[in-house]
Amino acid sequence: MSTPLYSIPGTGAAPAAPDAPPAGGGAPEPRTVREVLARSNAGAVLEDLDRSLVGLAPVKARVRDIASLLVVDRLRMALGLRADAPSLHMSFTGNPGTGKTTVALRMAEILHRLGYVRRGHLVAVTRDDLVGQYIGHTAPKTREVLKKAMGGVLFIDEAYYLHRPENERDYGQEAIELLLQVMENERDDLVVIVAGYKAHMDVFFRSNPGLRSRIAHHIDFPDYGAADLLLIAERMLAAQNYRFGDGARAAFAEYLARRIEQPHFANARSVRNALDRARLRQASRLFGDADRELTRDDLTSIEAADIRASRVFSMAAASHAP
Amino acid sequence: MMTNPTGRLTQGQFSFLPDLSDAEIALQVDYGLARGYAWSIEYSDDPHPRNTYWEMFGMPMFDLKDAAGVLIELGACRRTFPQHYIRLMAFDSTRGVESVVMSFIVNRPEREPGFALERQEGAGRSMRYTLRSYAADAPEAERYRR
Repeated sequence: MSTPLYSIPGTGAAPAAPDAPPAGGGAPEPRTVREVLARSNAGAVLEDLDRSLVGLAPVKARVRDIASLLVVDRLRMALGLRADAPSLHMSFTGNPGTGKTTVALRMAEILHRLGYVRRGHLVAVTRDDLVGQYIGHTAPKTREVLKKAMGGVLFIDEAYYLHRPENERDYGQEAIELLLQVMENERDDLVVIVAGYKAHMDVFFRSNPGLRSRIAHHIDFPDYGAADLLLIAERMLAAQNYRFGDGARAAFAEYLARRIEQPHFANARSVRNALDRARLRQASRLFGDADRELTRDDLTSIEAADIRASRVFSMAAASHAP
Repeated sequence: MMTNPTGRLTQGQFSFLPDLSDAEIALQVDYGLARGYAWSIEYSDDPHPRNTYWEMFGMPMFDLKDAAGVLIELGACRRTFPQHYIRLMAFDSTRGVESVVMSFIVNRPEREPGFALERQEGAGRSMRYTLRSYAADAPEAERYRR
């Protein structure tokens, strides 16, 4: 009788569980950074990040560090040096419109391409998705979200809302404790990114020191300079098949210089809003000219007049007049 | 148990194979997730083959992307019911109803005493047969005590 390919439990030693094939699949082990880069797509990821995001030097530096660690870990592994996966939980703080949410969305893809998370999907949640409305509702709700995020990135926007110090019976604390537990135990399977305004997040971390210490990367998003904002504006227009007409670019630079001085300036978000309003003005300008034959050029260009009609200019003129 | 010399409960997939390791379970779960199935965990201490509906351990898990989520829940179930049968079931919703397409046991009691074949003499020389699990002699929740 031929021996079976399996063994019956309790009757003898079970055959060893099939091991994952070693990375590299028989190719010689890499010895230099360039060899590793050639095999992984870390280099392409970094180039892509540099090209597609304006400014944000601290963010890019941190992603570069994380990517370098991956490459060095591969080299160490080739020499038989063991390395644990690093803790990748992140906290994004910064003023409104500095790109926290945009970068978080990109981060899932970046970490996936670098090989740190298996799936690379992003589950974006806010307080409502984690915290329940009555006793016993919070834990299942939070656990369900955590299970959905496994293998990818969990992004908690406006995370400081989770903690409500004025209400000591608030269920937010329960969600935070569950979150801490999973961040600690399932570090290999889940990356948690919390984001929020700097001042609020500082208060939030002060009241939850455990959360602060479990997050390895605290990244502060700086405000954009005027030159960066102008570049962002051009990209936003290009993405929607618009462009600045003659003199419009200079007009917009002037607009930005005045808008930055005003209260409630929200960086890239203000730029987007300003451009949306300029598009509206362009549309009504074209609408007024009912008999004109509109060319592709007319339809795609934002003129200086569309920007100079903004409230910001008239307000500045009014304040200079007296 | 002449036909099942190991005395193990054989229900669902893979039940004639050695117990799946967690890595193998994760592979099966990932296969199901890739096909769009929703996974559910059920447990029971009544192994009778006609006992179709086991107790649910939490809700079925929809919209998962990775097996790690299922394995967390499975770990919780194993800690709660270490001496119960636990099975994973995959539901396919493409036909408009959540129909079971995969089902396999992932946790067993340490000792499985098996089944007795009971014979009942009927009228004339007729014979009626029924299966009775030895474990089911004890009341519910007291079976499979170590």
